[in-house]
Amino acid sequence: MLNLYAQFAAVEASDLGTAIKASSWLFPAIEAVHLLALALLGGSLLLLDLRLLGAGLTLQPTSVVERETRSWLIFALAAMIVSGVLIGCSEALKLYDKPAFWVKMAALLAAAIFTFAVKLPLARRDVSGLKAKSLAVLSLGLWLTVALAGRWIGFS
Amino acid sequence: MDQLSGFTLWLSKTPWSIALHESLYAYTWIETAHVIGITLFVGTIAMVDLRLLGWAWRTVPISQMTARILPWTVAGFILMFATGVLLFYAIPIRTWHSIWFRTKLVLLLIAAVNIWFYHRRVQRNRAVWDDAPRPPLLARACAAVSLVVWLAVIVAGRMIAYNWFDCDKPQSGFVYAVAGCSTYPPDEF
Repeated sequence: MLNLYAQFAAVEASDLGTAIKASSWLFPAIEAVHLLALALLGGSLLLLDLRLLGAGLTLQPTSVVERETRSWLIFALAAMIVSGVLIGCSEALKLYDKPAFWVKMAALLAAAIFTFAVKLPLARRDVSGLKAKSLAVLSLGLWLTVALAGRWIGFS
Repeated sequence: MDQLSGFTLWLSKTPWSIALHESLYAYTWIETAHVIGITLFVGTIAMVDLRLLGWAWRTVPISQMTARILPWTVAGFILMFATGVLLFYAIPIRTWHSIWFRTKLVLLLIAAVNIWFYHRRVQRNRAVWDDAPRPPLLARACAAVSLVVWLAVIVAGRMIAYNWFDCDKPQSGFVYAVAGCSTYPPDEF
């Protein structure tokens, strides 16, 4: 069986993990990138979710809003994951012991699968009404869970 | 500046400031709301800026972007500003003497001037380029300034939490001057 604890320990002991931990400015710099990407991720998620809720760019078809936000969403999510993994490398064992981290990872997986397998494909087909609204509420709920669980990692 | 430093001392002694500073959950929740406000504010303003730059939403008229998206930007700003004031109120002296906080104030001023300039000057003949996939140079320049300045505001804000340049540690002449360390800690007035 895969020993997850040993894996986390190896990551923290790796060159990358120790380099980030040893530097006084690397961690804050990566954290800043994580925050910048968060703003872009928030913007690209929100514009589509607002449209699905019947607010924001309602003069445009949902499919147009989906098309325009998709690449920014993917770019922002990639930047979040890369910076997030780097942050995690420097404190892997601390994360292993925090339920908030595992809640965040589970919520992230659920949010990403929901977004790319359900929300975007349906938005491309211009869903409307209650179906569209439920997509937006689920999306906002899932991503907000990721954000709040992430905040909780720093506090718990 | 001395007077403002004294003011932060007075602020730090008010009961609500002490309560916020020592609270277990309130400060964290305000900080969380501040980040949500940033996400709403910078996320939406970035989309409008990307439209003005011609990097996204090229088929959407600019007037439509601003009419439909900027109200959400304003909502984000109100949340961000209100929670930001509370965060300052919880830790007034150290924050006032932070080079990052002071940098952030200057950046906010630049952002405000940029918004004023765009709305008063650049936007005047918008009807001509409202549908243009790539707006005129001046509009693109304003959008670029907006994008860069708001991203820099996020970075400067995040750095306030770190104590490298705090006045209670030995600092270079430059940091000493910019952070106003000569009035730290502030005297009673």
